[in-house]
Amino acid sequence: MQRFSALSLLKAGLSGQRGWTPQWRTAEPKAAYDAIIVGGGGHGLGTAYYLAKEHQLTNIAVLEKGWIGGGNTGRNTTIIRSNYLFGESAALYDHAVKLWETLSQTLNYNVMFSQRGVLMLAHSVHDVQVAKRHVHANRANGVDNEWLTPQAAQAFCPLLNIGDIRYPVLGAALQRRGGTARHDAVAWGYARAADALGVDIIENCEVTGIRRYGSGAVQSVETTRGLIRAPKIGVAAAGHTSVIMKMAGVGLPLESYPLQALVSEPIKPVFPCVVMSNTIHAYISQSDKGELVIGAGTDAYTSYTQRGALHISGHALEAVCELFPMFRRLRMLRNWGGIVDVTPDRSPIIGKTPVPGLYVNCGWGTGGFKATPGSAHVFAWTIAHDEPHPINAPFTLERFRDGNLIDEAAAAAVAH
Amino acid sequence: MLLIQCPYCGERPEPEFVYGGQAHRARPPPNAELGTQDWADYLYRRDNTRGVHAERWRHTHGCGRFFNALRDTTTDHFIATYKIGAPPPADSSARKAAR
Repeated sequence: MQRFSALSLLKAGLSGQRGWTPQWRTAEPKAAYDAIIVGGGGHGLGTAYYLAKEHQLTNIAVLEKGWIGGGNTGRNTTIIRSNYLFGESAALYDHAVKLWETLSQTLNYNVMFSQRGVLMLAHSVHDVQVAKRHVHANRANGVDNEWLTPQAAQAFCPLLNIGDIRYPVLGAALQRRGGTARHDAVAWGYARAADALGVDIIENCEVTGIRRYGSGAVQSVETTRGLIRAPKIGVAAAGHTSVIMKMAGVGLPLESYPLQALVSEPIKPVFPCVVMSNTIHAYISQSDKGELVIGAGTDAYTSYTQRGALHISGHALEAVCELFPMFRRLRMLRNWGGIVDVTPDRSPIIGKTPVPGLYVNCGWGTGGFKATPGSAHVFAWTIAHDEPHPINAPFTLERFRDGNLIDEAAAAAVAH
Repeated sequence: MLLIQCPYCGERPEPEFVYGGQAHRARPPPNAELGTQDWADYLYRRDNTRGVHAERWRHTHGCGRFFNALRDTTTDHFIATYKIGAPPPADSSARKAAR
């Protein structure tokens, strides 16, 4: 692997930036591996990286039906935060934020993590109460979060319209350690680092079946590029997890919905942070390229189409135009959808399944990107040890049977 | 935005409707001897079908009535809509009729 440094960039600059080689191999599938990860997004690639790096399991493959990072990793709005209400969630998402803080150095790849702050707006008395409860709960759990008056929120984000609006801003919760990262770079950085440790990254390889021994344990996966054996299979297939797990006879409490995002034409830097409003439902930040990145809601119905209805994104744009009137004149360049797998309590499922050797990491719903490093780290632990890491131990599939929901859905009262 | 054929009112735009989730799920009878896993499956587990999906809709801003639909979740194309209590139309014949 060519390491990146100021010196290597300077050297390459002197020779016209020629001589760079591909950052990871194009691997051919072998007949057998020690473990297989299904899904080449950030969660899957990260899992392979941590399995190789921290658990010395290097004879592994990541199977991706399209190209790596082409699913939700490349389709989200790149927001990172850990201000969740419950202790279990705060531990999981803050584990991720701590890994984000050193990820560029860890991977020797710039993921452009920027802790520019995430401002979550309150527009009603109920919002204010919920937001303050979150602030207090977060601080009790050691996660930074603070309450801002409307004027302080406007000082933090000067474009914010707090008064002349149908639902005036009554305050905001600010997590200063929150922010954004370059989503593609996360997939590429993990792929490059995993590849350097010997992991095979196999693109255009769709899993079409899962074979099991008479004992029930997993034996192999059938793919569009042949049969591949492995005693351990980890599934991180986002919106298509239900489809994969059905191949092994495992039903899940998941429903898949299209979630949309949009980007505007690129403009000069005007927007210093991330702003989210759960009540009038819009998320917005500005990419380093200058585009405003806007998140909309999910469609009402389950679908695998990777596109959503126009009235859903229209609704988000109306909210953005209310909060930031100067953006009314901007043109939108693109909008797209990703398929998100939503659990009844809006918390993920990370752990073992009833099938020996089969592990699942799913149910991230509308907010999985922020958790990528933490999720991958504890999922790798789970696969390597055949038992959950203490951080993901509460996020079992059995919690729906046992009534131990981690009900962030009720806590936020919206999709998030 | 989808155009949805309400069996009572005809074709109407999607915002008039509310989605009601997977169809043909019967609540277990009151005195059923069910284990916790059975209840968890009833409450939480869904087929999440990739392909033809039987689902409930309600024409909330119209006649107010529930009905069922067959929709292909890979294209969002409605194959058929039918009244509550009726069995789902056979997939192949419904597909032909929808064309």
